[in-house]
Amino acid sequence: MAEQLKDVILEYVRNEYLEDGDDREVNYDTPLISGGIVDSFSMVSLKVFLETKYNIQIPDAKATPEAFDSVNNIVTLLKEFGVE
Amino acid sequence: MKSEITPFMKPYEEELKSFSFDISKKELGYKDGDIINIGKYCTDRICRMGKGDKLALIWEGFSGEEKRYTFNDMRQLTNSIAKFLRDDLGIKPGERVCMFLDKVPELYFGFLGVLKMGAIVQPLFSAFGPESLLTRLQDATTTAIFTQKKHLPKVRNILKDVPSLKHIIVVDDDGSKPLKENEVAFNMDKVERVDSFDIFPSTAETPSVLHYTSGTTGKPKGAQHVHYSIISQYITAKYVLDIHDEDIYWCTADPGWVTGTSYGIIGAWSNAATQCVLDAGFKAETWYKFIEKNKITIWYSAPTAIRALMKEGTEVVKKFDLSSLRHLASVGEPLNAEAVLWSQEAFGMMFHDTFWQTETGCIVVSNYPGMKIKPGSMGKPFPGIEVTVVDLKTSVPIEKKGVVGMIAIKPGWPSMIRTYWNNETTYKSKFQNGWYLCGDRASIDEDGYFWFVGRDDDVINTGGHLVGPFEIESALLEHPAVAESAAIGKPDPINMEVVKAFITLKPGFEQSKMLELEIMNFVRKKLSALAMPQEIEFVDSLPKTRSGKIMRRVLKAKEWGEEIGDTSTLENDM
Repeated sequence: MAEQLKDVILEYVRNEYLEDGDDREVNYDTPLISGGIVDSFSMVSLKVFLETKYNIQIPDAKATPEAFDSVNNIVTLLKEFGVE
Repeated sequence: MKSEITPFMKPYEEELKSFSFDISKKELGYKDGDIINIGKYCTDRICRMGKGDKLALIWEGFSGEEKRYTFNDMRQLTNSIAKFLRDDLGIKPGERVCMFLDKVPELYFGFLGVLKMGAIVQPLFSAFGPESLLTRLQDATTTAIFTQKKHLPKVRNILKDVPSLKHIIVVDDDGSKPLKENEVAFNMDKVERVDSFDIFPSTAETPSVLHYTSGTTGKPKGAQHVHYSIISQYITAKYVLDIHDEDIYWCTADPGWVTGTSYGIIGAWSNAATQCVLDAGFKAETWYKFIEKNKITIWYSAPTAIRALMKEGTEVVKKFDLSSLRHLASVGEPLNAEAVLWSQEAFGMMFHDTFWQTETGCIVVSNYPGMKIKPGSMGKPFPGIEVTVVDLKTSVPIEKKGVVGMIAIKPGWPSMIRTYWNNETTYKSKFQNGWYLCGDRASIDEDGYFWFVGRDDDVINTGGHLVGPFEIESALLEHPAVAESAAIGKPDPINMEVVKAFITLKPGFEQSKMLELEIMNFVRKKLSALAMPQEIEFVDSLPKTRSGKIMRRVLKAKEWGEEIGDTSTLENDM
């Protein structure tokens, strides 16, 4: 289930935040925020995606650049809300 | 200011009495009527001063890759770019060349290369979506654009709608995919270096830089600067940022915005500064590591970044040796007192807030090295530039201290914009009763310190960047579900404001979190992440005047918990 979750998030990031010609490799550990793939303003849309997809509410205090900085980090965060 | 170095600027009151921009001209070796070219002043002149071997740029990319260039490297490479544009592509002086690049060395050197051959450089934020890019290229009738492979799809997407665009220059083409018609590869690090180039003989009023800036109404406007702007930028960088020969300087601003050009290129290099550029996303540890590694001494950054660092706390600061830092300054939006005081705690010195805008081209009100800082204050006018606050209706200077008015500047400082591209009417409207009006409100206290109050219009200042509500609303209206829209700035503890949109839906559409996400992403991809509404509120109706004009200020007042004000023209009760 964790692998499926990672893949869903990874696919969303690739589809939404990489432009067509951007051939950078993005995997579960790729830095998303500190690596410039998802900037701090776009992070909100990623948060809304996760909340909508998994029917959870992520408090702003938890939605930090570190928590969102990789697919693996996001999966760790989601576990706090019972999403596996 | 933590420093053993004597500031260039004399104590403020003393400097006020003796300063004139003639000092800047003399130091630059410029006399009225001379040829003046920004590219030449930032490269060739520095080499002639015997500093050719001095490091000009220390660049670090996302993956930790580093590149270093001396002033002589920069002189030659900017010549190579200038020659390529003029001789290979046939670009003519006065034509517009857009820089649509991440913060890579080609952006910095390309900027100066364009200026060296006499074209007008148009830097654009690389995160702009196709619609934002299209608006600005169409308005400027841009001839050529520098870009990277990753941004090429956006450029290709709008190419058919910009008939003036003849050349798309790809700086990182590796041959893996064929380039299309009108596209050409230019690899700066592999191109033959040009040691001698006939620099375009620009004069004071020759157009140089076209920076697009947003307003309340209409599309973004091209603020057009001239080569003479360097007279302001050189001396304000020297006096406000206190750049000495031995300093290592870091301006965190992207050259898509005016700070990144006025002080990330022109001000820095006309002062022969060794400057560092980090092309990576924001992370506190990465930034501190960058300062430590490069022994940065002067750091010019934005309140949004400072507040984000503040949120991370001082424990992370202690992991790094930041003892090299000796002077800090901030730009883009007012730096709140809390952040100023935190910087004293975290770094042993305070950030000096500086105020200016795209149209001023240089710092106009600031806190200065050695001058007492009042945390939360913008500081005092730069010597040689007359700044005051004027009555909002009459534009007459307000004599009484503490009374809020519009920040106004006496026209004529060297880097004042000369016009808005194709929009002389709007340009002229910025001048009232002999004053240039900034669009920001402030008051002046008994000691002459300025205190920011807010914008006088509906422009949203998010993360230090101005975003126009009209552009956002226009993009929203293109979404099939949206009937009407209004965009305002909502308070945010890090970014000062973020965009919030109010939307009424067309029949057949229902509000939902999914639709909210869809609309957010729609705007982000069309315009930019900055313009993306961070919150969407679906409403049954928007407050309008009887003539049908949406009253953003009513929505904003409610959001900020302020008095709504006169509602006599409202169509309906709120």
